[in-house]
Amino acid sequence: MTKLKVATCSLAGCFGCHMSLLDIDEKLFELVKAVEFDRSPITDIKHCGPCDIGIVEGGVCNAENVHVLKEFRRNCRILVAMGACAITGGIPALRNNVDLWDCFQEVYHYGIGLEKGQIPNDPELPLPFDRVHPINEVVRIDYFLPGCPPPADAIWKFLTDLAAGREPKLDYDMLHYD
Amino acid sequence: MPAQDVCDLPGIVARWHRDPANLVQILREVQESCGTIPSDTLDQLAKLLDVPRVRIESTASFYAFFHAESHGAYEILFSDNIIDRMAGKEALKQYFCERLWLEPRKLSEDGLVYVDDTADIGLADQAPAMLVNGYAIPSLDKARLDLVAELIRARKPLAEWPPMLFEVPDNLCKPGPLTGEAFVPGAALKAALARGAEATLAEIDASNLRGRGGAGFKTATKWASCRKAEGEAHYVVCNADEGEPGTFKDRVLLASHADLVFEGMTVCARVIGARLGLLYLRGEYRNLLEKLKSVLARRREAGLLGQNILGEQGFDFDIEIHLGAGAYICGEESALIESLEGKPGKPRNRPPFPDRCGYRNQPTVVNNVETFACAAKIAERGGAWFAALGTPQSAGSKLISISGDCKRPGAYEYPFGVTVRQILIDCGAEDAHAVQVSGPSGTCISFREFDRRIAFEDLATAGAFMVFSRERDMFEVARNFTHFFAHESCGFCTPCRVGTSLLRNIMDKLAAGKGSAYDMNEMKHIMHVLRGTAHCGLGHTAANPVVQTMEKFPDAYEKRLKRLDFEPAFDLDGALQTARLITGRDDEWAHLADD
Amino acid sequence: MTKTFTLDGKVIPFEEGETIMEAAAAAGVYIPHLCHHPEFKPHGSCKLCTVNIGGRLGAACTNRAAEGMKVESETEALNADRRALTQMLFVEGNHICPSCEKSGNCQLQAVAYHLGMLTPHFTHFYPARDVDASHPDVLLERNRCILCELCVRASRDVDGKNVFGIGGRGIKARLIVNSASGRLADTDMSVTDRAAEVCPTGAIIRKRHGFTVPIGQRLYDHHDIAEVPVAGMERPKK
Repeated sequence: MTKLKVATCSLAGCFGCHMSLLDIDEKLFELVKAVEFDRSPITDIKHCGPCDIGIVEGGVCNAENVHVLKEFRRNCRILVAMGACAITGGIPALRNNVDLWDCFQEVYHYGIGLEKGQIPNDPELPLPFDRVHPINEVVRIDYFLPGCPPPADAIWKFLTDLAAGREPKLDYDMLHYD
Repeated sequence: MPAQDVCDLPGIVARWHRDPANLVQILREVQESCGTIPSDTLDQLAKLLDVPRVRIESTASFYAFFHAESHGAYEILFSDNIIDRMAGKEALKQYFCERLWLEPRKLSEDGLVYVDDTADIGLADQAPAMLVNGYAIPSLDKARLDLVAELIRARKPLAEWPPMLFEVPDNLCKPGPLTGEAFVPGAALKAALARGAEATLAEIDASNLRGRGGAGFKTATKWASCRKAEGEAHYVVCNADEGEPGTFKDRVLLASHADLVFEGMTVCARVIGARLGLLYLRGEYRNLLEKLKSVLARRREAGLLGQNILGEQGFDFDIEIHLGAGAYICGEESALIESLEGKPGKPRNRPPFPDRCGYRNQPTVVNNVETFACAAKIAERGGAWFAALGTPQSAGSKLISISGDCKRPGAYEYPFGVTVRQILIDCGAEDAHAVQVSGPSGTCISFREFDRRIAFEDLATAGAFMVFSRERDMFEVARNFTHFFAHESCGFCTPCRVGTSLLRNIMDKLAAGKGSAYDMNEMKHIMHVLRGTAHCGLGHTAANPVVQTMEKFPDAYEKRLKRLDFEPAFDLDGALQTARLITGRDDEWAHLADD
Repeated sequence: MTKTFTLDGKVIPFEEGETIMEAAAAAGVYIPHLCHHPEFKPHGSCKLCTVNIGGRLGAACTNRAAEGMKVESETEALNADRRALTQMLFVEGNHICPSCEKSGNCQLQAVAYHLGMLTPHFTHFYPARDVDASHPDVLLERNRCILCELCVRASRDVDGKNVFGIGGRGIKARLIVNSASGRLADTDMSVTDRAAEVCPTGAIIRKRHGFTVPIGQRLYDHHDIAEVPVAGMERPKK
């Protein structure tokens, strides 16, 4: 049996969803029998090639997030939004009602311990958006797996359903937004 | 200058009987005399009326014409119906702003003038048009705007402006039984009194008169039910909140046939046993107020209103005029009643219907202006005469307000059953491609359907008839309407409050050339939710213009779609602009190019 | 003889004047809702309880039951509409569940769980809304307000205070309070008011009680809202 190719990434997220993925513990052995990881924090591969499933944690808060997300969409047959941030913007979206200029001032001018702070303008730094957006506002998303993070069991159930070609279905206890 | 110095608050409140139910009228007068409704006025009103401040604030913040911040000595509101736009409103507005060195939605630096848009003001036959401090000026062109700008620069009080600016001709192009025949005030009432209440109701019944507001409920059934309903008092309410964009036929009736309307209300009062009638006049028709009041005064003098009308012992009835304050939703009868009671105009849960539980929770007949005019004619000339006009299911005549791409826009009175094609010939619309019948909430018909008929059994209408030629972009027509509905949604129910704004945003996205087939499906989905779950007619029909134009003019949409699959919900590169300004960056990585 | 109607084929008895919602609740049948609460006058604004009444759609909380009426509620089509309405409520405000102390006890969230909502789907509005922390005991977090007007009704009809109201219109509608400053602290709101408890979301919450029960052990964490109807939904005893 050919293994399913899976890529994962974290955009404006905290990697908590990835930690929850690792939290499936001993089932990881079963997982790697069925799945081969392409780009992922787990493999440290930097770009993803053609994949069966792409799993995206985190929302879109800057230009680089868009590049990564679009690469995933181009390469992944099925794209999954995993966790509150990817689905609603989540905790990073708490900044959405703060003016971006105020954010920069707070971070680079008035932050504790800063002296003569300057706003960085290096082209290597991704430029932030006015607001943080869920990923379905940037590319088409096929499946949503909510939770902050989704419980390990939910991720397992979701992935095994998908791998088996079933429509993923979560029991009540596995569906959470927090 | 503190507001209370220029505004006699206690006087206004006393004039409205210290009754919180008259709050919209009180706020209107405050707004008219001080130009704003400042926050401390709300506190004073709360004390004077002995109601919680929060109630006053709810009402004051609901209506478009009320505002807490100053709009200067001259508030200019350009009517923003698609018809105004087709007549060059945008360019004229820009011209006007440049002449006065100002920006829309920003009070001029000298605090003198403020310019903004407003929903259709009932002058589509004389578009573009505007309101100056609530008074309508039709048929705008550069010359007229130059004059307005001069008057403003000279700080001339509105009362000293040339009256010709405010002249609004009827543009009655085709008279009929309501608009073309002489009517002697009192004629209908005399006939009704001679006949008796019951027999008058029987005549209304025999006439097959159906409500002219669009829904077409049988008038006699409504009156009979209200007459039977028990209550401390019965009320007659005339719905003159003619807010449907493109409609202006009630303007014509009220301007030149007010006796007919008031007489119809009085006949109704006789039938249902009411002592008070209320005419709810849309705020945009402020021009008509004094004239209507003088008609009422004349009728009182003639014994057609007041006590013992026409000598009939115990037949006491009078009519008050309430002005609206910029809220289309108040055309919905239960929202209108809420507004008459001093509240935000949000439609009530129905049943109970107003005929049993209306104004002040008492039995109330609410009818359209034209319905009352018809009722007066029926009382005068009998039900059989009326029933013989029109078609079997749609008796009588119908006033049509024609605007847009035609040579002779104006008011036309037809027997029901007339074809769209005939109307188009009569008004000189040689190149008609589409007609929006009954306004944005009505039906958009294409040139393939011009043999359809104006009648309840085919194209039901409240009266609007907007003509669009081949050159017009039907997408832009629909987009204008989605903006209208999003602005006018009362915000009570979830689907309409959120759905109308979602629709507007998607239409704007398409207009910006960033739409996809995904967005088209989204709009269909939102339409489905609105139609099924919205609280009132506004929500049920708010997506109609989009869905109908999508179906009948697919090219107008398809040419705008950037791609078939999916496009981001927001402008990716635009969302980086603030950060570019802050960091001073403009390098390749500071942009997101389109794919 | 008792009058009855059918709800999804089940015979439901009702008393004259009862709404479909009241009769269904008394019979132990759940119809999703947010703005309805048995203690208060039916409102009919959230539209989640939309049911099919003999071929016509209407709100179960405002439509009265009638003899022989055929009502459908648990259909895939109606639940899809309810899901869309819930999604509209989510994108309209700023509902960031992981940062909300009401999470797990929130009815908006619970209804969304019940309907199997996986994403808010529509484009977020991310409106700018004020948080009012001025009151010593009660926090007003307008980002989470769904405009159900339960607090408006509770304050007016039970507390007799009129602390709350709705200002503005359309998408700009917002919760306002009864003070010239616009601050909750300057109203006569008290933490013991009924209005302080009745909010279905985390828009009005008592301060210093946020985490007495940890996340994961809260009401809707393991119980579908259909199984834990709001207290008082049973028919009042005569």
